[in-house]
Amino acid sequence: MRLANIFQLGVKELRVLLRNVTLLLLIAYSFSLQVYTASRALPETLNRAPIAIVDEDRSAISDRIASAFYLPYFVEPKLISQSEMDSRMDEGLDTFALDIPPNFQRDLLAGRSPTIQLNIDATRMTQAFAGGGYVQSIVSGQVSEFLAHHRAETQLPVGLDLRARFNPELNKSWFGAVNELIEAITMLSVILTGAALIREREHGTIEQLLVMPVTAFEIMVGKLWSMGLVVLVAATFCLIVIVQGLLAVPIHGSLLLFLAAAALDIFAMTCLGMFLATVAGSMPQFALLVMMVLIPLQLLSGGVTPRESMPEIIRIIMFAAPTTHFVMLSQAVLFRGAGITVVWPQLVALLAIGVALFTLSLNRFREMSG
Amino acid sequence: MKPGAPPEPVVRLQGVGQTYRAVAALQEITLDIPSGCVVGLIGPDGVGKSSLLSLVAGSRVIQRGSITVLGGDMADAAHRQRTCPRIAYMPQGLGKNLYPSLSVFDNVDFFGRLFGLGRQERERRIGALLDSTGLAPFADRRVADLSGGMKQKLGLCCALIHDPDLLILDEPTTGIDPLSRKQFWGLIERIRANRDGMSVIVATAYMEEAARFDWLVALDAGRVLATGTPGELLARTGAADLDAAFIALLPAGASQGHEAVVRTARLPVADGEPAIEADHLTKRFGDFTAVDDVSFRIARGEIFGFLGSNGCGKTTTMKMLTGLLAASAGRVRLFGREVDPRDIQIRHRVGYMSQAFSLYSELTVRQNLELHARLFALPETGIPARITEVARQFGLIGQMDALPGELSLGIRQRLSLAVAMIHSPEILILDEPTSGVDPVTRDNFWRILIELSRRDGVTIFVSTHFMNEAERCDRVSLMHAGKVLVSDTPEAIMASRSAPTLEAAFIRYLEVAAGGTTRSVTPAPLRVGDSRRAEESATRLLFDPRRMLAYTKRESVELLRDPIRATLATIGSLLLMFVIGYGINMDVENLSFAVLDHDDTVISRDYALQLSGSRYFTERPPLTGYADMDRRMERGEISLALEIPPDFARNLSHGREVAVGAWIDGAMPTRAETIRGYVEGMHSTWLVQKARETYGKAADQRDFQLEIRYRYNPDVRSLDAMAPAIIPMLLLMIPAMLAVLSVVREKELGSITNFYVTPVTRMEFLLGKQIPYVALGMLNFLLLTAFAVYGFQVPFTGGFATFAAAAFLYVVIATSMGFFLSTFMRSQIAAIFATVLLTMIPASQYSGMIDPVSSLQGAGAFIGKIYPATYFMMISRGVFSKALGFQDLWGAFIPLLITVPVVIGLSVAFLRKQAR
Repeated sequence: MRLANIFQLGVKELRVLLRNVTLLLLIAYSFSLQVYTASRALPETLNRAPIAIVDEDRSAISDRIASAFYLPYFVEPKLISQSEMDSRMDEGLDTFALDIPPNFQRDLLAGRSPTIQLNIDATRMTQAFAGGGYVQSIVSGQVSEFLAHHRAETQLPVGLDLRARFNPELNKSWFGAVNELIEAITMLSVILTGAALIREREHGTIEQLLVMPVTAFEIMVGKLWSMGLVVLVAATFCLIVIVQGLLAVPIHGSLLLFLAAAALDIFAMTCLGMFLATVAGSMPQFALLVMMVLIPLQLLSGGVTPRESMPEIIRIIMFAAPTTHFVMLSQAVLFRGAGITVVWPQLVALLAIGVALFTLSLNRFREMSG
Repeated sequence: MKPGAPPEPVVRLQGVGQTYRAVAALQEITLDIPSGCVVGLIGPDGVGKSSLLSLVAGSRVIQRGSITVLGGDMADAAHRQRTCPRIAYMPQGLGKNLYPSLSVFDNVDFFGRLFGLGRQERERRIGALLDSTGLAPFADRRVADLSGGMKQKLGLCCALIHDPDLLILDEPTTGIDPLSRKQFWGLIERIRANRDGMSVIVATAYMEEAARFDWLVALDAGRVLATGTPGELLARTGAADLDAAFIALLPAGASQGHEAVVRTARLPVADGEPAIEADHLTKRFGDFTAVDDVSFRIARGEIFGFLGSNGCGKTTTMKMLTGLLAASAGRVRLFGREVDPRDIQIRHRVGYMSQAFSLYSELTVRQNLELHARLFALPETGIPARITEVARQFGLIGQMDALPGELSLGIRQRLSLAVAMIHSPEILILDEPTSGVDPVTRDNFWRILIELSRRDGVTIFVSTHFMNEAERCDRVSLMHAGKVLVSDTPEAIMASRSAPTLEAAFIRYLEVAAGGTTRSVTPAPLRVGDSRRAEESATRLLFDPRRMLAYTKRESVELLRDPIRATLATIGSLLLMFVIGYGINMDVENLSFAVLDHDDTVISRDYALQLSGSRYFTERPPLTGYADMDRRMERGEISLALEIPPDFARNLSHGREVAVGAWIDGAMPTRAETIRGYVEGMHSTWLVQKARETYGKAADQRDFQLEIRYRYNPDVRSLDAMAPAIIPMLLLMIPAMLAVLSVVREKELGSITNFYVTPVTRMEFLLGKQIPYVALGMLNFLLLTAFAVYGFQVPFTGGFATFAAAAFLYVVIATSMGFFLSTFMRSQIAAIFATVLLTMIPASQYSGMIDPVSSLQGAGAFIGKIYPATYFMMISRGVFSKALGFQDLWGAFIPLLITVPVVIGLSVAFLRKQAR
């Protein structure tokens, strides 16, 4: 093994990349605009939730309930008729429809315990789960307040003091920005390295390399360091300029620790890209394989939905994915301000997965190159 | 054309100029090319022959000047569309415009369809063409498995499938063996005999071929040097042959130093050990034996020529010598050491040049040379001098900063040679190094080889189709069908067949070896009239389904030949659906929490029991203090910490206000929201329960009831909500990816030229390519839906026909989006990346899969509103969960119906019908 060869082969990769202006623009886009837009687009779980009210009572209490739904959690409630309710929900115009029955106020004051119906579009999972509780507590609150004016309360004086740590306002865009950054890192590491190898094969340049005094190991490491460096530089830029700067996400932990972990993650992901390239026979096959791998990585590594809610088997499988550990680590470091004493298991896992993938793809590559 | 009439020029160029980056390829060319004859374009490498031909063929945009071909202006798209069925163009390079995964027959057939030939007509012509080029036995072989020369022949067949009025051939016989060359020119003669008045324009590096042409154009440095019949040129220069005539025509300076190549005597070899030794070498690919029991010994300093017909196993043998291919049987020794691909040391002593260009097209000439010099570990200080030296030797000085793609074939060959020699190897293995290189450079090159061999004792193993080069070798071997026929000095071989030239001797050897299989082909008379009428009617159509179907057929065959791709696209997406469907679950469970209980009474433990008893929470060991809480939350071990204040029970019983503290890990907001909801719910339940215990029945009476109906998914199964949302995502990404690559791949690998120079229109091209991918998408749709219904047991309550119709529109949009992207992309890497970026992210984030579109904000909300996945997602959820049919969902169809023509229209508008 000669370090000079590894260096030269990497420089060659960088030069090739520099010629591909479209690709450079796409890289720039995915680490800037893409992260920015996605982070800004992400709503709070309850943001502008569409709600409609069928007010068959038209009383003081029903007015009171209607006026309790306001931005940013809810769009201003549409007052609709009973007959409109079904079609509006079918069209997906409303997530919630509250039906206040006739004589609600009268029955309420008379202590007859009348029933309000809340219809929830359960196809909208996020809003349906979190929003149902909100609507319930808003309505209860309004009713209690209304009743407090009319009769004495009998309630236990126990308050619940709920506080969210690390992100007190549960600002989704913080999390979204970092998530988007991880996504871009994953995507780019896999595609850049893998496609670079297939490209050499499709253009015959690998043949020229293989008759020269360079080993498969050198060729592979040359690709890994150069493409990895591109991703790492782009990620650092994105974290400092876009995430911390433009999006003003407060970072609690050590940036250096995060970037070190990012480097390990990039190492593992570039090796994965290499491996896929040795499995795929052509660029279209590679592209499909990439999707087979990227989609689960995006959706199941704990960035979109919490790992706790996944079935055991998926959790076990995803434990072998570098992104899972990287997502865990980045949440701990960036938001909870965790240090190396806390996240070392993730670092070890990333390294172990990276080394395993590296060995695997190096063996495949050696076999391939005879 | 009427005899006696003054022949109208078939091509007329006026002031034509072409510049690539800073390099002027053509300058002020004004030229009339006479019709009805064979016109040769001669000149050294990189003088603009290929540029000129591609402009005449209409495959490139004309930058300056005007070109009239067959009576019309080639800058005019309508004229190009009208005339391209009358032009056949074969670009340079070993089968660059062919489709490697298709068979020989399928390739020619595809071109026949593009030109609107009927089935019978096609089969008859293909049969005749394959017969006369000797490709008939290989009709079913994949093009990827053909040798370089065979690809070249196939390229010819594809160009000749329709009878053109103007045949444009760019170095058609480069890399073709002498026998096939003879057959090839015979074929052209016969076609010309059948088609009165056909014009042929040929760029060639073979001066002996050019000598037989009717009229020649000598080019140099982008300008016309001279025109005239070969006789006229010879007379004008007083030269004995065209080679000499051409050199005489060159301006003073360019031809300096040219002298005949003389092979000098070999150095006395002191060391008896051979440099290269092949011992019963055999290579089998499946049941095909490419190289059959080949043995030879080559002494140090010897120049060993390797000749043979195309596809006889020369390249395979050479690859075994370099260790690129492992031999099936037999051994190779270099300098007495067995070839081992892991042996790095030996590679320093060997230089190899492959047949196809295999250097980096993104690096400049200088960068390529530098890279290879460094990889061969030349001392850093000596590199600039060494690069200058080889650049001078191979005439690359003027091109040092050019990219290989901008250079002509001949100059690229020189660069490859320079790279093979940069480290002054002791053995040179050169696979047709001079194919496509002009005569002057070839001679220079041989002078270098001879000097290397004689002065430095370098062993040279070289394959060639040029007989004058073979004559310069110390010994030559002739291969045929995997076997070595003869191996001796050129003189001895000529003597053995008592032939006047080496070429004649070889043709005799080959004819004997081929035995009865040599056919004197009787070409089927081509009924010109019929096909002409058919072609003309076809070109008048703006949209010809036959041409469109040609692309459909080709694309489908390619898909079928690549079962891995089709399987990945179908089974793979099922797998994805399975994983995502099970993996994404909005119903958060197993949340870990711990309690910091300052009170530690029955009441406080009862409060905590509310949580630990529920299926949503898992209790961890109690917290010992604030430090413990901080540490464990930071680590992510617990996502909720409950703090019950001191004297909780006592204060409660005294009716004093108390507050329970709940700390939620906000690092992941969605999870935090869910936890908050759960905790609030439990808290109020506990309050009601306690109130009941404390105050008795009065509190049991609720003020009002809130009845929650989860519509469309009463069991609130995550899967029922997710499965209908995954289908739109997968159905967008996979067809779009396949579509974008199907175009960009042609661009990157060169076969896009066929689209440029054949009558196929942009619409036919795109729709033709689209059909198979839409079909695959629909198959995918059926599989995914079936899997959701039968695998995941997601109830399907709405109208299936509505769903299928929407899916069809959606898949059409997905593939069209792929085509639209492809118009901006040149490399497959960028295309893959762009497609993932522009399909996966909007489909999973902005289309209502997880967050409803109406709740998005900013640019994301805008994307969500115009993105087709949003509307298909609506339809999908409507038919799966909401029991809706077309009458309810037609509103969501409208955006899809609008998108189809918009995206297809944009793709057609942005697709270029010519190269720039």
